[in-house]
Amino acid sequence: MATVALRDLRKSYANHEAIKGVTLDVEDREFVVFVGPSGCGKSTLLRMIAGLEEISAGDLLIDGKRVNDVGPAQRELAMVFQSYALYPHMTVADNMGFALKLAGVKTEERNAKVAEAARILQLEPYLQRKPGQLSGGQRQRVAIGRSIVRNPKVFLFDEPLSNLDAALRGQMRIELARLHEQLNATMIYVTHDQVEAMTMADKIVVLQAGVVEQIGSPLELYHHPRNVFVAGFMGSPRMNLLPATVTGADTNGVAISGPGGISVIVPVEPGSLRAGTKVTFGIRPEHLTVDPNGTLNGRAMIAERLGGLTLLHVELQDGTLLVVQTDGADATRLHEPVRLSISAPHAHVFGPDGLSAEHLRRNPLTV
Amino acid sequence: MRPSIAKKIAIALLGWGIAIVMFFPIFWMFITGFKSEVDAVSTPPHLFFHPTLQSYAEVQSRANYWLFAMNSVIISVGGTVLALLLAIPAAYVMAFFPTHRTRGTLLWMLSTKMLPPVGVLIPIYLILRATGLLDTRTGLVLIYMLMNLPIVVWMLFTFFKEVPREILEAGRMDGAGRMGELRHVLMPLSLPGIASTGLLSLILCWNEAFWSLNLTSSRAAPLTAFIASFSSPEGLFFAKLSAASTLAVAPILIFGWLSQRQLVRGLTFGAVK
Repeated sequence: MATVALRDLRKSYANHEAIKGVTLDVEDREFVVFVGPSGCGKSTLLRMIAGLEEISAGDLLIDGKRVNDVGPAQRELAMVFQSYALYPHMTVADNMGFALKLAGVKTEERNAKVAEAARILQLEPYLQRKPGQLSGGQRQRVAIGRSIVRNPKVFLFDEPLSNLDAALRGQMRIELARLHEQLNATMIYVTHDQVEAMTMADKIVVLQAGVVEQIGSPLELYHHPRNVFVAGFMGSPRMNLLPATVTGADTNGVAISGPGGISVIVPVEPGSLRAGTKVTFGIRPEHLTVDPNGTLNGRAMIAERLGGLTLLHVELQDGTLLVVQTDGADATRLHEPVRLSISAPHAHVFGPDGLSAEHLRRNPLTV
Repeated sequence: MRPSIAKKIAIALLGWGIAIVMFFPIFWMFITGFKSEVDAVSTPPHLFFHPTLQSYAEVQSRANYWLFAMNSVIISVGGTVLALLLAIPAAYVMAFFPTHRTRGTLLWMLSTKMLPPVGVLIPIYLILRATGLLDTRTGLVLIYMLMNLPIVVWMLFTFFKEVPREILEAGRMDGAGRMGELRHVLMPLSLPGIASTGLLSLILCWNEAFWSLNLTSSRAAPLTAFIASFSSPEGLFFAKLSAASTLAVAPILIFGWLSQRQLVRGLTFGAVK
């Protein structure tokens, strides 16, 4: 059982505030991912939880106890670093057993725990090697093994996969998800890669410039981003965001007129939106379709063919660029006219303050 | 681009030339030690002479070499060990927990090396006299420790800087504590650096003459004082002076020769990484 609670946590340096008041509850056995662009403070926040950075203000609670002034080791957390941070002068077995050795655990018990971790991570053949003799993926597994043997309350991961190549990263992602199942542990994971966040998290925390932009499940963030930043950051390929104007608003939704002849009624709460309000119109590439009866006219300029699907970069008549996700078998030719239709229920409207207008009907997977 | 043959030869000649020029005085001292006093001062110098151990015998009969050598060993090792003991924690804190004053402190420490030692001779002499440390090994150990501390801290600081911060943080997460981090993680990782720093300090202590000549007379005098006792104002007895000098520098030369690989490796550690 382990829960982590952040209460208005702040970190200030001499001349700026890096973390500007973060409040968050991490439930027992939850996999929480902090995601955001580089410099958003996500690693700082993780290091504050770990005890490697001092907390300037606010409270950090682990299992309900305030631990602001408790040392990193006594918080009973384990951390996996981006650079693995293995002890280069020790064997794999010694690396994994180091914490237990310091804690005065007897040799037999220590060896048993190291062997168990090595079994889980398939590191048995490498126990007597030094980290320098291992590949990147193996080193990463040793770093994870080092955290497992301590049986910590919470696992902390600081961009653990960003030094691995793409193939290995995909594989380790699955291994980590399986490990989370297997260990039934609370995990907090930091990444700048929204694909990692989407695929692994129970709960995603989107950070920007030291502020939480949104907290929610991956699909909640995907279908109901709270603001323009989250909408643009989550989801790959990126959401199309265009300046637009409200032409009417009633209980059926908000009518929008945008560049390139975009005209659509989006089923969202009008709130304070009135005819004439300048807004941002958002539509994901997968919610645009190539349709001979579509209302938008344009020309496909670039086709990114990924095999299973194709991303078309379509230029509308006035030069506005839209990315459209189509089927891999899509036969659209470049530089020839193409018509698009918009799936209005999936569109987003962001008011002048950048906040999203609430959808009239929420996505069933996010209720 | 590969250097041409002529260029290679020129570089080789230059290298050998510089090496010979630098080595010649030591070679000449070594040779002179085996000459008779007459041969030693003859001009032009005799290229061929009857080697004799007479000077060595006389040096031995006039002064107890082993007493001086023992003092040198104790003072050099003592000063070095003490300097390392103080400098390792200092450099650790400066490298991993820097404040806005760290750079300034380092520069200030180094700036003390820019002062001529004679500038503080009188106060140091008076302090040692007042504390009863004149002509004691303890006194010289303390002075040598202070003398080398800035260099030792600087060198260790640069070596420690090379150790990735995250490895120490991993140690902290594993429950090592400050001392554990230092002992189990930082020191094993920077052992080549610590070793070469120690070697350099040892050599500097061994060769130091100013303080040892001024602060010792008989009981604590190291080998530098041993050499000095054979120099005479009139410039006589070159053979005996050379024999004494050879005896005094031989241990550190052999030591330097044996540890040169370690020394070079440590000194270029940061540069080649």
